[in-house]
Amino acid sequence: MFDLFLFAWKALKGHRLRTVLCTLGVGIGVASVVLLTALGEGARIYVTGELATLGSSLIIVLPGKVETEGMVPIIGGVPHDLTLKDAEEIRRRIPAVRTMSPLTLGQSLVSHGALSRNVAVIGTTYEFLHIRRLSMARGNFLPPGEIDRGSPVCVIGTRVEQELFRGVNPLGKILRISDFRFRVIGVISPKGQSMGFNIDDVVMIPVASAMKVYDQTTLFRIFVETSSYNNLDQTEEKIIELIKKRHEDEEDITLLTQDSVLASFNEIFTALTLALAGIAAISLTVAGVGIMNVMLVSVSERTSEIGLLKAIGVKSSQVVSVFLAEASLLSLIGGILGLITAVLLVYTSRRVFPAFPVEIPHWAVLAAIAVAVVVGVLFGVWPARRAAKLDPIQALSRR
Amino acid sequence: MIRLENVSRNFQVGEETVHALCNVTLEIPQGDYVALMGPSGSGKSTLLNVIGCLDRPNSGTYVLEGKNVTDMPENELSLIRRHRIGFVFQFFHLVPRLDAAGNVELPMIFAEISRVERSRRVARALDSVGLSHRAKHRPNQLSGGERQRVAIARAVVMGPAILLADEPTGNLDTHSGKEIVELIERMNSEGLTLIVVTHDPTIGQRARRVIRLSDGEIVD
Repeated sequence: MFDLFLFAWKALKGHRLRTVLCTLGVGIGVASVVLLTALGEGARIYVTGELATLGSSLIIVLPGKVETEGMVPIIGGVPHDLTLKDAEEIRRRIPAVRTMSPLTLGQSLVSHGALSRNVAVIGTTYEFLHIRRLSMARGNFLPPGEIDRGSPVCVIGTRVEQELFRGVNPLGKILRISDFRFRVIGVISPKGQSMGFNIDDVVMIPVASAMKVYDQTTLFRIFVETSSYNNLDQTEEKIIELIKKRHEDEEDITLLTQDSVLASFNEIFTALTLALAGIAAISLTVAGVGIMNVMLVSVSERTSEIGLLKAIGVKSSQVVSVFLAEASLLSLIGGILGLITAVLLVYTSRRVFPAFPVEIPHWAVLAAIAVAVVVGVLFGVWPARRAAKLDPIQALSRR
Repeated sequence: MIRLENVSRNFQVGEETVHALCNVTLEIPQGDYVALMGPSGSGKSTLLNVIGCLDRPNSGTYVLEGKNVTDMPENELSLIRRHRIGFVFQFFHLVPRLDAAGNVELPMIFAEISRVERSRRVARALDSVGLSHRAKHRPNQLSGGERQRVAIARAVVMGPAILLADEPTGNLDTHSGKEIVELIERMNSEGLTLIVVTHDPTIGQRARRVIRLSDGEIVD
């Protein structure tokens, strides 16, 4: 076996340029497969990582029942309002619930003096700070206490601060939201885009105040954090049961967990990665045709050698394996070179763009090499069999 | 012992059937020295190929060392060529990328003989053709005579019973040609059956037996 590959290796060394070009083809194919899967995998890790910052023991309650898996549903008609009372009951009746925070969403022209800006206004409670892992740049978050008490205070994002206060300390200043006046008590640290809206460009007010401002009767979301990840399923069931009882036996809410969101994002990005790998695999096929071409040339060039091999008693099956060994060596060397190139490129990209976690999945490494060798053997079979079928007498009559 | 009975071999060339061998009956005992002679196209190379199990007769029987090889499957014929027969060609047919030692080693690689045993046998075979000092030279660094001696070393390295040479001196000058003939004659004297296809009457005279062919038939 080793001698066979040594013999094949010497044959390849005899045609250096041809060998180099052919391995280059395979190398590019393998490198592109590995790089593209690394990009896809990087995107997956990036997105799921972003989602995971929300915490994995989080349940999001939405009004309305929508048959979907994971993705945030579009809300149609809602039979029953999801009220502040519902939210409070969830906290009070279910022991596994550690914290809870209701949420409303509105859009308003917010002004300070002569400056105004159209921003999203979130109505929520003190607990939201912890649930969404927010931190304060200045001042305090909304005050803890009764959720149905709407005090006229607000916290603002850094973008709002920049646009409306222009360098003036906003704490203690008055902000007009629609026709209501709110005193600024804090500025949220920059966090950027997260779960659909830009935390830097919002104003947050107590949920009871928000429902009054927008004359809303239903909540937009209830964020529920359970005491541990393990009892997530049971807690979900209990929430549904509780709300069903309160809503005249109608199951009119949808629960989202981090798990289901993560799972569907995972699926999407895995599919994307596979699609990218598939596209790159086309270049491997092209490389395989290149190998076939080289092997066919090699067979016709070495006709007399093949004749000689047969004359000295080399079996046809051994002639086949000589050429298959050559083809698989070509693709294996190309595959390894391609892999090294890909690893170096990934390493470089990590240094240049540390924010985007490019990651070569382990399966991609093995798969790329395996596919390269399979391509080599597959495209080598036909030339090898041609070699084995040569008539030794005719082959030897050539000089 | 080589025994051919009524062996015929035809080739289809376009519409025409060429009778390369017609009803050849022949017996060559072990250790004999035979020259196959005749004009071009007389069938001497075809006869050599049939004896060497590279070609099969269309009819008749061929018994080699007591075994009927006429209809033997290709795989078994490979084994007979490997172990019982050595070939020497007019154009040497050395593998250009391998050095002299590598060329001699070639049959043993595919016979899966161990590395140690191979290098021992290569050394012995190169020594017997007087080329030990050229073992690391590639064919293009060797003279014609030297190349043919490498080819002979390769032909005998598996210890065959029969050495078949097709115009072994056809591509060499008189002096190297003579050396080659003396070399293979020495191997014949050590018990190897030697069958030489040649145009050269001087070689023909040296053989113990001359078989003349004309139009695929033995005439003498």
